[in-house]
Amino acid sequence: MALAKVRTVALLGLVGHQVDVEVDISDGLPGYTLLGLPDTALTESRERVRSALVNSGLPWPNKKVTISLSPAWLPKSGSHYDLPIAIALLIAQGVIPHQLPESTLLMGELGLDGGIRFVRGVLPTLIASLSFGSDCAIVPMSNYREARAVPSIEVHGFDLLPDLVEYLCEGGIRSYEPPEVEESATHSLDLIDVVGQVAARRALEIAAIGGHHLLLIGPPGTGKTMLAERIPSILPALRADESLEVSAIHSVAGSLTQRGVLTRTAPFVAPHHTTTTTAMVGGGSHAVKPGAVSLAHAGVLFIDEAPECASGVLDSLRQPLESGSVTISRAVGTVTYPASFLLVLAANPCPCGKFNGRGKGCTCSSLQIRNYLKKLSGPLLDRIDIRAFVEAPTRVEMASEIQGESSQVVRDRVVAARSIAAERFAGESWSINAKIPSTHLRARFKAEREGMAFLHAELDAERLSARGFHKVLRVAWSIADSAGHARPTRDDVELAYLMREGTFL
Amino acid sequence: MMKNQILGASGEEAVMKYVEAKGFTVVDRNWRIKSGEIDLIARTPRGVMTFIEVKSRTSRSFGDPLEAINPEKALRLQKLALAWLVLHGMWGSEYRIDCAGVIFARDGRCEIDYREGVL
Repeated sequence: MALAKVRTVALLGLVGHQVDVEVDISDGLPGYTLLGLPDTALTESRERVRSALVNSGLPWPNKKVTISLSPAWLPKSGSHYDLPIAIALLIAQGVIPHQLPESTLLMGELGLDGGIRFVRGVLPTLIASLSFGSDCAIVPMSNYREARAVPSIEVHGFDLLPDLVEYLCEGGIRSYEPPEVEESATHSLDLIDVVGQVAARRALEIAAIGGHHLLLIGPPGTGKTMLAERIPSILPALRADESLEVSAIHSVAGSLTQRGVLTRTAPFVAPHHTTTTTAMVGGGSHAVKPGAVSLAHAGVLFIDEAPECASGVLDSLRQPLESGSVTISRAVGTVTYPASFLLVLAANPCPCGKFNGRGKGCTCSSLQIRNYLKKLSGPLLDRIDIRAFVEAPTRVEMASEIQGESSQVVRDRVVAARSIAAERFAGESWSINAKIPSTHLRARFKAEREGMAFLHAELDAERLSARGFHKVLRVAWSIADSAGHARPTRDDVELAYLMREGTFL
Repeated sequence: MMKNQILGASGEEAVMKYVEAKGFTVVDRNWRIKSGEIDLIARTPRGVMTFIEVKSRTSRSFGDPLEAINPEKALRLQKLALAWLVLHGMWGSEYRIDCAGVIFARDGRCEIDYREGVL
């Protein structure tokens, strides 16, 4: 048969498009034409496929080869088309005696030696292919664990092209085991390591309960990074669907092997302050890759030395902070990635970093200090719900043998408080306090009478903006949940107000 | 260089025998003008003028002989074929261009990959 068709998927963001790889071998001078808007990596597939076939002892057709990737209008990128092209070539030459069923999906990059190499994005591809009715996938062995996370698809992993060809020729059925038990959340960092920091610990706990964004201010070396890194350890384990979504994003970014498939641990992403806007929100010319905000989806995005960031970078966070997703438009298409994260910013109190306590040793002028913190733009700071000052531990705290609470203890309280909130929001589109829409906040989710009176007084005195008013109420709900109050009391509201100003405790 | 010319000549010789065995009448060999050369010109039993490009090799280690015919070369062949037809007063008659890849084994036997009407 001189004509063959094999199915694969083109991934744009997390959205999959079904792609048919059609191969036609006709008489004529030897030649190779690849149709269907391939990018550079894909055009290079010719050399990889040819060498892989020849070095595996498989025939390469010395005829006119036409390969069409359809739909033709969809721009295609990446190296995962190598394997479908090679298999289609072998079917067209009659080496593999039968066509593959349309429900079988192939993806993989080929090495010159005939090895089948790792590719990005296998997990979202398989999830997407469910909607096309795929029931079997052939993937590189190095992607096998990832692919098996999709339970309803039969997955076969192969390391070498000849092995796969032998398998397809004989049509033998490999034993297929159901996916392993899902992994649980594991944490290598624990809050128990943090000495003192009563205020910051409290701020962290409230932030974790309600999903409130946090600004940590403190001199260098007092533990801002240490605290932030430990936030995932006090967050509840991800739900199965969240875990799959997070893994799919990391699969596209190629960082899934570091993270582990289907881990229930919330991700922690800490881009450097010199990062670019593209790295932060995602982008790229060929394939639109997810940025730090999407990699931190369902977890923590930590930006140390936030005032040192280029201002555009920090302001690019405003859209994902509002909508919980980012939409990136490039020549290849428009891509939307989920980006719902807990933002943690860290800043020194002044450029030299010594302006704390009595301000001893600080060499900055008041103007410098003001300009430094002014770099965090007003609109961004307005979205921060909790500010916490991180002070150097005192001598007493350092010498004390009493350890702080462990992450486990704090996490149990967070989980308990979140379940109270989830019960209250049953049937709503949100489940954490930070996401309560403001209209509902003013109607159904008010604080107790004295609490509201306090807020109204602050509004009258113009010490609180409308947005601030809602933010304080949301934090107050988290405080109430942690204290077991049915509604935020006046004390809860006052504490929330002070947390927003960073002046509590 | 000498060696390659002998190789080319024996390849053309082999292809000539091959097409004659198929019933072609050879009209011209190594027809050369300033812009190039046509290896073999023959008339098929049906009377179609056929221009044949022969590529000879001693092994496949540099790829298939026919792979040496790139788009540039193909265009030149087209032009040469038309030039031949014009000069022989046959402009407008039916013609085609064939290619033949010849591989000479060490023992002197040769293998001919003949493709009709490829350009």
